[in-house]
Amino acid sequence: MGRLTEVAALGSGARAARWAGSPPTLLLLSPTSPGCAATMASSDEDGTNGGASEAGEDREAPGKRRRLGLLATAWLTFYNIAMTAGWLVLAIAMVRFYMEKGTHRGLYKSVQKTLKFFQTFALLEIVHCLIGIVPTSVLVTGVQVSSRIFMVWLITHSIKPIQNEESVVLFLVAWTVTEITRYSFYTFSLLDHLPYFIKWARYNFFIILYPVGVAGELLTIYAALPYVKKTGMFSIRLPNKYNVSFDYYYFLLITMASYIPLFPQLYFHMLRQRRKVLHGEVIVEKDD
Amino acid sequence: MKHYEVEILDAKTREKLCFLDKVEPHATIAEIKNLFTKTHPQWYPARQSLRLDPKGKSLKDEDILQKLPVGTTATLYFRDLGAQISWVTVFLTEYAGPLFIYLLFYFRVPFIYGHKYDFTSSRHTVVHLACICHSFHYVKRLLETLFVHRFSHGTMPLRNIFKNCTYYWGFAAWMAYYINHPLYTPPTYGAQQVKLALAIFVICQLGNFSIHMALRDLRPAGSKTRKIPYPTKNPFTWLFLLVSCPNYTYEVGSWIGFAIMTQCLPVALFSLVGFTQMTIWAKGKHRSYLKEFRDYPPLRMPIIPFLL
Repeated sequence: MGRLTEVAALGSGARAARWAGSPPTLLLLSPTSPGCAATMASSDEDGTNGGASEAGEDREAPGKRRRLGLLATAWLTFYNIAMTAGWLVLAIAMVRFYMEKGTHRGLYKSVQKTLKFFQTFALLEIVHCLIGIVPTSVLVTGVQVSSRIFMVWLITHSIKPIQNEESVVLFLVAWTVTEITRYSFYTFSLLDHLPYFIKWARYNFFIILYPVGVAGELLTIYAALPYVKKTGMFSIRLPNKYNVSFDYYYFLLITMASYIPLFPQLYFHMLRQRRKVLHGEVIVEKDD
Repeated sequence: MKHYEVEILDAKTREKLCFLDKVEPHATIAEIKNLFTKTHPQWYPARQSLRLDPKGKSLKDEDILQKLPVGTTATLYFRDLGAQISWVTVFLTEYAGPLFIYLLFYFRVPFIYGHKYDFTSSRHTVVHLACICHSFHYVKRLLETLFVHRFSHGTMPLRNIFKNCTYYWGFAAWMAYYINHPLYTPPTYGAQQVKLALAIFVICQLGNFSIHMALRDLRPAGSKTRKIPYPTKNPFTWLFLLVSCPNYTYEVGSWIGFAIMTQCLPVALFSLVGFTQMTIWAKGKHRSYLKEFRDYPPLRMPIIPFLL
């Protein structure tokens, strides 16, 4: 049993070193096979799509390292340190605000610039996947980062009346703790010096943080609905010369509904990864 | 003549699933699959993947036992591909949907638009033209599936039919909704724009059909041979000089034509998504051509001449 754990730890250590910078964030991690870009009407025999970084990593032989150029390693290390620092600054700003003002009202406004800067900067992670210095699927990363951008810019930034909702603080706290853990995990992995507690944090915090974050996001969107309906914002009506219409209100309803199939998949995927990485369990995947 | 023994193990669990003795040396994988089905009837041959290595590539149905790198006791690994459905079935279903669905919107069947519009007809010529083009396109696809195409594979995973039908039927409904809407706005440049777009559409439909016929003629009935396609006397096939998959090129062209004709953003989005998918397929096809044929024409690009 000890030997199994050791082998698994070796595998996960090598694995961890390799996926520096890849962002399986709170919202999305569809558990499927790696690198397969085939989408919808694909007639491939496999019929799979997307890819999760962890699932992707299982594919490579344990101990087989990706060789990253010096420049790529240096850049990724800098990037992950910078992001860790950014989210730390955000966390401290939030704590200080609450200590000074004793209320959450106005908290979003005071941290919004920092939040927008660092969350938008994360778009770079898509580029990292595109140029191959991070072994995660572009599609998965794209979806994950997009969902964050959506929350920040299309909900909290655009719908001012909901900025003082408690649910905003809820997801901000969840995101902040998650990102600090995640980016420091990548940083230490890149430096080949991963303290066990960081690994422990990365694979245990999510158990609480995922549901908390999802709750915060859903409650925030829900609170925004009346304002969206009243103002008709971001919507296009007929007739118009491009013969298209879009109703942001219904779009938000569909978005909320999509959490139902997506969140459990993500959550159980992370649970399986946790069992593998922390407890060295050998899990036979259902299908790849 | 010595006989072979074949043992079939599960690729994941290594469990012994089947032991076949007295197998003819010139037996094909297809025959072995049939024998395997006898002991495990739930795994019909189409859903069996047999391989020499648990993580290796699937063996082909035509492969002959004695030509494989195995001793007289061959070990094969089995992978369940999941429930399978024939390509023809999938194609017919995914194409019949849009044909039917578009007509529901064209005839303004009740409960789609307001009740005062039920079974009314659009006053715009282009809307009628669009219905003809869209319907023609899918009728052509259905007929090609039945009479023209020669498929390499017999089946695909069952879940594909749900994915594919959602895509085709969903987009068809979305496009049809706007084109046949009582508040539809005809193209900005009027009859000129429609005529040009129609020309593009017709040329590309003819081109696409020509390529399908040329590809069919490359391959004798019932065979799975692969050859490099070349231009024929038909001018539409001269696009083979520049691209590996001119059928996809023409298909994108048709939809661009349809988008210009209807000046409808959802059509443009459908074209874009289709283009993305076809580019992925074209690149894959191009790569396998390059791998298989040393003398593959170097000027050719996968889907867009000189560019992509």
